[in-house]
Amino acid sequence: MSATVLAIDGLRIAFGSTPVVHDVTLDLRAGRVQGLAGESGSGKTVTAMSVLGLLPRTASVSGSIRLGTTELVGLRRKQLNEVRGRRIAMVFQDPSASLHPQLTVGHQLTDHMRRHLRLDRRAAKARAAELLDRVRVPDPEGALHRYPHQFSGGQRQRIAIAVALACDPDVLLADEPTTALDVTVQAGVLHLLRNLAIERDLAVLLVTHDLGVMSAIADDVAVMRHGVVVEAGTREQVFRSPAHEYTRTLLAAMPDGPGTNPEGTDVE
Amino acid sequence: MIRRRRLPIPRAWVSPLAILGIVIAIAWVIVAITAPLWVPYEPNAQGLPRLQEPGVDTLLGTDAVGRDVFSRLMTGASVTIPLALLLVAVSLVLGTVLGAVAGYFGGWIDEVLMRVTDLVMAFPTVILAMVVAASLGPSLFNAVLAAIVVSWPAYARVTRSLVLGLRQQNYVLAGRLLGFSPLRSLLVDILPNIAGPVVVLATLDVGTAILLLSGLSFLGLGAQPPTAEWGSMISSAIQNFDAWWIGAFPGLAILTVVLAFNFIGDSLRDVLDPVSSGERQAAGVATAPTAKSDAAPSGTAAAS
Amino acid sequence: MTLAHAPAPARPTRSPLVGYLIRRLGTSVLLLFGVTIVTFVLTNLVPGDPVAAALGEGAASNPQTVAAYVERYGLDQPLPLQYLAYLGNLMQGDLGTSLTTGRPVTTDLAAAVPATVEIAVGAILVSLVVSVVLGTLAAYRRGLVTDQVVRVVSLVGLSVPTFWLALVAFNFFFLGLGIAPGSGRLSPQYTPPPTVTGLYSVDFLLNGDSVGFFDAMAHLALPVFVLSLFTIGLLTRFIRTSVLEVLDRDFVRAARAKGLGGGRIVLDYVLRGASLPILTVVGIAFGSLLSGTVLVEAVFAWPGLGTYAYNSATSLDLPGVMGVGLVVGVIYLVVNFVVDLLYGFLDPRVRLG
Repeated sequence: MSATVLAIDGLRIAFGSTPVVHDVTLDLRAGRVQGLAGESGSGKTVTAMSVLGLLPRTASVSGSIRLGTTELVGLRRKQLNEVRGRRIAMVFQDPSASLHPQLTVGHQLTDHMRRHLRLDRRAAKARAAELLDRVRVPDPEGALHRYPHQFSGGQRQRIAIAVALACDPDVLLADEPTTALDVTVQAGVLHLLRNLAIERDLAVLLVTHDLGVMSAIADDVAVMRHGVVVEAGTREQVFRSPAHEYTRTLLAAMPDGPGTNPEGTDVE
Repeated sequence: MIRRRRLPIPRAWVSPLAILGIVIAIAWVIVAITAPLWVPYEPNAQGLPRLQEPGVDTLLGTDAVGRDVFSRLMTGASVTIPLALLLVAVSLVLGTVLGAVAGYFGGWIDEVLMRVTDLVMAFPTVILAMVVAASLGPSLFNAVLAAIVVSWPAYARVTRSLVLGLRQQNYVLAGRLLGFSPLRSLLVDILPNIAGPVVVLATLDVGTAILLLSGLSFLGLGAQPPTAEWGSMISSAIQNFDAWWIGAFPGLAILTVVLAFNFIGDSLRDVLDPVSSGERQAAGVATAPTAKSDAAPSGTAAAS
Repeated sequence: MTLAHAPAPARPTRSPLVGYLIRRLGTSVLLLFGVTIVTFVLTNLVPGDPVAAALGEGAASNPQTVAAYVERYGLDQPLPLQYLAYLGNLMQGDLGTSLTTGRPVTTDLAAAVPATVEIAVGAILVSLVVSVVLGTLAAYRRGLVTDQVVRVVSLVGLSVPTFWLALVAFNFFFLGLGIAPGSGRLSPQYTPPPTVTGLYSVDFLLNGDSVGFFDAMAHLALPVFVLSLFTIGLLTRFIRTSVLEVLDRDFVRAARAKGLGGGRIVLDYVLRGASLPILTVVGIAFGSLLSGTVLVEAVFAWPGLGTYAYNSATSLDLPGVMGVGLVVGVIYLVVNFVVDLLYGFLDPRVRLG
């Protein structure tokens, strides 16, 4: 098994006096997709946000999140900003909200590259065009000068993925990356994520409430409920022989019945 | 979400600013009511030495014709404050009724009313009030009329847009299907839900009204001599730059009254009208991560 | 899917921005007529004798003058025709004769407008800079001491009677401390610069006269400060709300997740995101600023529309007051049209469709 890149250990999160995440332990490994499933309010998104220190001031985080040898919990803003975007990147749920409507795609693709990789304008642009080409956005050069609203939803999410990959991170956090997309383009985006994980040796944390999505691309699956991981294992284990009652309920609730994709055949 | 017939209980409304505002406002209202009973001099009597500095005899000095500034200042409260409250009340009733009718019935009534508000709002408020007051002729009564002319559209706009939103709510529609009269619908279903924002607007408007009235009087279009009115007292100070006390104190009076109502209104806004105070969005920050991603079922995706 | 959203579609014959601007211009023109209707109604339908009001008591006692006036303005005609006559006179720049100066109102106003534009533009720039800083600070420190202080400061700004503040500031800085220059636009020993824009500060600069420029700026400082306070209060509260709203948007969270520095995020992401609502409210703030000039200029003997309005109002010079109302109404319309223009420019969704 490949090396652990990001180790979440005994993570606890509370908003004020309300605990949201009780005790989460997860290992993200290079080249693998770790799924994190659960219903709304189960704490899965908060877990992902806490990795990058994106929770509001009112949140208190304890436990450990280690990137290599760096402890991220309690890391100072300055050091955290060296990790954000550079070593851990994030893809949000709705690309029409996560891309700035008044900034060109080129601007949003290059500003962190220029900061993290110290590229000049020209080099950053060239790299940005390459990235857009890699995520299959048509006419990458032209796309740099256009605004998010001029693209379709699927293309926007591809752009957001390109933004996340721009500085060649080790870890990619994807928070419901296909939930806001048309059903017809969801598979394409998932496919892309899957391939990128292998191709770039990325450790991917895929947060989703959709077990169909999960079964399509996750290598390992963890199921969260009320802030606790109730089940964890490989996709085959979790989907074939769920240990926890809650997982069985979730699987039974899937539109096509349990084990839509039990053999683990990937979407491609 | 707007719920039926439920005025939010102002629980958080105990901010120090609000308390300070209430205390100052009540103090001024008491002054306005009782001033004639205890001011040391008759406010319009000219018997004192002229341009006397503040001192023991005359607490805040005397003006250019030998009137006691303190007595005039206190009497001024009973001129400005009741008129400001009156004009806000009239604007509120006028604007709210017209706005509710326009929003509820729509059609040409709405069209006409909105175009009229457009016209009024095409001018900066003081400018239009000045023009209206000048053409009506200078008097305090006309200044109040002019102030009403420029104040009511804000209420009409707010009410209209709130009613437009509420009209589509299920319980209002249900009431209509049950055959309730529009009046019942407006009074019972809609009025309680628009009260919050309108009350906030009105509280803040008291301050605006006082500034406007005293401004018009400053321009000579409101209170006429020898009425003890704050704006015209400041105006008369322009001729006597050296006698700073003639103008300084009436201005402080205006400032404190207006500030008091703004403190109250602004604190009320946090409680009654969180949308425009920004507190609702802000409150959303804390819950955003969970609420946002987890709550959205894939079905709603196309909408975003 | 990909094909349907292929890049570089055939350029439409007309940019969407043009359509947007034409609609906005149409609205502005309609409102312009609205403004003239308001002044017409107020001039001619007021209680009492409009002729006497326009001519003053002296001239109105002369039947010949009255008859000439009635004919010139078509006052014996039905109302719609009266309005057309009124519009016709406006087109020719005839706003009547000022009862205080005895000159045509148009001449007086033409001389006064640049002075007012100068302090109004100065004040809007100062207010915008100050309130963007304060509002953003308050939003970032929401609920903390800074936020409360900013809140009180802006509420005080909204509560100060500007005409009083003008008086107090003039007393204090000029008569008291002697650090502010006296009233007017220039010290007596200087002559105004050759007119290019009519704004002394700019014209001095264009003329390369730094001494004159500094004197003009020194005279601008106090009126601009006094005028700004109210707009600062107005804008700060609003900008705080807008920034709070933007801070909760995903694109700001995404920018943080990219590891961008705080300053970069504020400038590139947050303020840009808040720029559209801010722009809208700047238009409104400009209106309250124009209102303010009427109450403030007279104190500083600043020879603009405000002083003219003050003199006209205090001496019940109706043509003068009406002229100011009309001109300020038009300036306000122009400003709001410019705001619409900038809006289209700042929002790519409007600009590019």
